[in-house]
Amino acid sequence: MKNLLPLGLLVVAQSLLAADDARIAIGKEMTFDRAKGNCLACHRIDDGELPGTLGPPLLAMKVRFPDRAALKQQVCDATIRQPDSRMPPFCRHGILTGEEVDLIVDYLYTL
Amino acid sequence: MALTLLLGSLPLPSQAGPEEDRLAFVGHYQSLFPEVPIAEYANGIYALDEDARAQWLAIEDFPPYEFSIERGSELWDTSLPDGSQLTDCLGTEINKIRPQYPRYVPNQGVVTLELAINACRSAAGAKRWDYSSGDMIDLTAYLAFEARGQELNVRVPADQPGALAAYEAGKRFYYSKRGQLNFACADCHVTSVGQYVRADRLGPSLGHPTHFPVYRSKLGGMISLHQRFFGCVRDVRAKPFELQSEEFRNVEFFLSYMSNGLEINGPGARK
Ligand code: HEC
Ligand code: HEC
Repeated sequence: MKNLLPLGLLVVAQSLLAADDARIAIGKEMTFDRAKGNCLACHRIDDGELPGTLGPPLLAMKVRFPDRAALKQQVCDATIRQPDSRMPPFCRHGILTGEEVDLIVDYLYTL
Repeated sequence: MALTLLLGSLPLPSQAGPEEDRLAFVGHYQSLFPEVPIAEYANGIYALDEDARAQWLAIEDFPPYEFSIERGSELWDTSLPDGSQLTDCLGTEINKIRPQYPRYVPNQGVVTLELAINACRSAAGAKRWDYSSGDMIDLTAYLAFEARGQELNVRVPADQPGALAAYEAGKRFYYSKRGQLNFACADCHVTSVGQYVRADRLGPSLGHPTHFPVYRSKLGGMISLHQRFFGCVRDVRAKPFELQSEEFRNVEFFLSYMSNGLEINGPGARK
């Protein structure tokens, strides 16, 4: 009996981890998909092939964007930080939804 | 004080005239690629990319546009319904025809070579050609070929305010963000020149109009300058414009002015 509680917690924690992994996998797909983020068009990311060079490589995202809201804003609408940005304003122009950007941000934080 | 500072930092529309614009445009590429001679920009991306250039030179050994030039030459010699020929209307010095365009004509706006050809055909009782038709592209390929070595020399005459207005409209179009992807022509061909979008390397706009029409191996056929504009506008998911629309003729006018002094070297061959 004594051991049950920690074991239960462990199971919950594991399924949470699995849910995170699933989100990250979907986020990666959204990031690479040409009809969605197509972020590889401009950024070097992870193992993505034929990356473009218009934007900086996406690495060490936790260090460079400790504030999740700031990262989400950059992906959602880069023109807020830089009005003449060459990065498409994904949310404002209806290319990605806020929920899709959340998934992408989950993935970016693994880089 | 704060207001002055704020206003001072706004990007005011430039008061410079076309010639100042052109010098700044050329200077931008020169400072990015000091080792590239200006005349080389007539070769588009091949001015900057060694590997692509080697492939292109190999293609030029057996030019894929040769057939188009031959067809164009036959069309040039074909009599029109009223018995006249295009040379009677466009000029007898064949190497001097292409370099006269684009030019501003009061009440008509920017007249491109394609517009002039159709006007001549109409006047002689012939059907106007579609701007994407093989006939139109082949004839312009022939006229470009005959004009090889002549320099672009577009004028914005001071006594024609309409010319400056057309030039400014073309310039505005070129620098305006558009489409779902929110790109200006200049975002790719000025600011990001030499960079890669996926596997595509972005070429300079200096020299864009010199080598058209071009044979595109990807498409297996010839395309006009406006068809290329059309493709780039479609790629940023923007509202399309028609070939030879006022918008595209004005951009051609602006870009041709930017390339003044470069040699006409069309037709070209591209990926
Ligand atoms: C067409 C080009 C382009 C595309 C597509 C693009 N970006 Fe960018 N990105 C840029 C550029 C250029 C910058 C440089 C800063 C700016 O202009 O906003 C940038 C900056 C960033 C930054 C800030 C990096 C830093 O170190 O400051 C992040 C994060 C980012 N992009 C993520 C993404 C993600 C995620 C996607 C896809 C959903 C994406 N980008 C798609 C061009 C692009
Ligand atoms: C998102 C990037 C992008 C934008 C925006 C863009 N282009 Fe392009 N354009 C390209 C690429 C890539 C090529 C093929 C490589 C090259 O030659 O530059 C190209 C090629 C061209 C060419 C043919 C060059 C040649 O030598 O054959 C012309 C002309 C051209 N673009 C004009 C325009 C104009 C005008 C606009 C704006 C309406 C525009 N482009 C906007 C990416 C872009």
